Amino acid sequence: MLAYALRRLLLALPLLIGITFLSFAVIHLAPGDPAAVIAGSGEQPITPEIYKQLVEIYGLDQPLYVQYLSWLGRLARLDLGHSFAPHGRPVLSMIAERLPITLLLNIVEMLIIVALAVPIGVLSATRQYSTFDKITTIFVFLGFATPDFWLALLLMILFGVQLGWLPISGLRSMNWEYLSFWRQQLDFLGHLALPILVATFGGLAGFSRYMRQSMLEVIRQDYIQSARAKGLAERVVVGKHALRNAMLPIVTILGLSLPGLIGGSVIVESIFAIPGMGQLMVQAAFERDYPVLMGNLVIVSTLTLLANLAADVAYSLVDPRIRVGRRRR
Amino acid sequence: MRAFWTALARNRLALVGGVVVACLALLAILAPLIAPWDPNRPDVNKILDRPSRAHILGTDQLGRDVLSRMLFGARVSLAVGFVSVGIAAFIGITLGSSAGYNGGATDAVIMRLVDLMLVFPRFFLLLAVLAFLKPSIWTIMAVIGLTGWMGVARLVRAEFLALKEREFVVWSQSIGASGFRIVWRHILPNAMAPVLVAMTLGIPAAILTESGLSFLGLGVQPPHATWGNILNEGKDAIELAWWLSLYPGLAILVTVLSYNLLGEGIRDALDPRLRQSRGVVSRGR
Repeated sequence: MLAYALRRLLLALPLLIGITFLSFAVIHLAPGDPAAVIAGSGEQPITPEIYKQLVEIYGLDQPLYVQYLSWLGRLARLDLGHSFAPHGRPVLSMIAERLPITLLLNIVEMLIIVALAVPIGVLSATRQYSTFDKITTIFVFLGFATPDFWLALLLMILFGVQLGWLPISGLRSMNWEYLSFWRQQLDFLGHLALPILVATFGGLAGFSRYMRQSMLEVIRQDYIQSARAKGLAERVVVGKHALRNAMLPIVTILGLSLPGLIGGSVIVESIFAIPGMGQLMVQAAFERDYPVLMGNLVIVSTLTLLANLAADVAYSLVDPRIRVGRRRR
Repeated sequence: MRAFWTALARNRLALVGGVVVACLALLAILAPLIAPWDPNRPDVNKILDRPSRAHILGTDQLGRDVLSRMLFGARVSLAVGFVSVGIAAFIGITLGSSAGYNGGATDAVIMRLVDLMLVFPRFFLLLAVLAFLKPSIWTIMAVIGLTGWMGVARLVRAEFLALKEREFVVWSQSIGASGFRIVWRHILPNAMAPVLVAMTLGIPAAILTESGLSFLGLGVQPPHATWGNILNEGKDAIELAWWLSLYPGLAILVTVLSYNLLGEGIRDALDPRLRQSRGVVSRGR
């Protein structure tokens, strides 16, 4: 077990270096001079001397590989540099502020998705071609085709503007400080309701589809037939014998779908004005705040890598065939 | 081939999808002829007019006709969909086939590159690139293509791994055919079926991605109308003009849905075996 985990970790190391390389390359190979960007961000027009100083401070006159290596060195010490925005805060603390919010959203989304998708998938697989199955199939196709930002807009119009039931932006109401403790929690949940609904919708479609497919494959297996043959109740056959094996691939898919979910938070967070990583990324893109962009890329993709790794290890825990038998090609 | 068409024709949903896709393409091509108004002509007397007989889908903040803007937006969406998927397929096929055919170190390096690209949430990568590029339709096509080739590469590689052991390949190797010839003439044509399916399903994913980026304001820039940036303007008038938010999104939904239905239909018709493979439409990020 430990050996397997270590081997996966070792395989992940080159990917980690790849992450830093790509994050650096994406920003630095694009045309456009970062010093000019900083220079353009101030209110005062900048003199050539200051421009030269900026170039020196940020080491922009160095060859790219020197810049990369020194950035890597600072990265190893968790120094992500300072934002180019007027406040000039350390990138790491900006991310530290926002990461928990994005993580919270994504974890809640994932829990909801799994909690709903598993029963939906099992029901539509065991009743293949039933009305329930057909309805969920329609829902799946709609889920795939609905742009999340559009769904968000519609829900905002319906619940926020027309009905006035739910807040449509931020995480707290203006009068938050004056509310009682429980009111505050309720207020927070209210603010999360629409973003989570939107983010869950698309993911739910995919997951229930996977679950259905996985279940369909398992219930065709021989051992399910023999479980039935020995007279077990259908509930036990499906709920115990089949479900356990049908859940296996879901672990991996959960890991693999993580970048998609996090990527989705870019749109959800910027629509609902939620101060998370996604919103930070959009702001940084508009402001060409490249330390923030690079820092975000590195952190988000490293977390994804770790989550994939965790999913791999978890998979090998629940399915011993993986760590003993075939290696991943 | 005939079996393919009969199978496809028997799939009613795929047929509907195909017809809608064809109609959309036609509308997009004919946009300059059929658009009732000039999509970029503002009219101060018609700001945020409700849908009416003159403006079937209403007007926007500048008094421009929403229907006409959407017709022109369809051109952008479809063009971005096709071109970016073309780019992605080209990269995916090239890398996937060289990984699958050569194996060994080439394979290892290319597959690690695929893993690496898949670790980045697509929208984060896109935003980082677009921050420094001049936003135009061409940049959008390029970056969506450049971040969307990994699925095709994996598919092609898997096909190649299976096909290169087959007799017809071994025989052409034994008579001394060049590697390029074997790949291009013998293996690739046999590996194209899943690629075609992936491409059909990649178009709606690219359309969703483009409209998402345009919605954020980092995609195709105004005054160019796209479904995404009409929605972006709709967001600012959300309390005044629901029609700005409703119709462009509906257009995206119908387009993506039709392509997905068509794509799944093609997959089932091409190879009933593939139906069992765990292929599910991927979303564009």
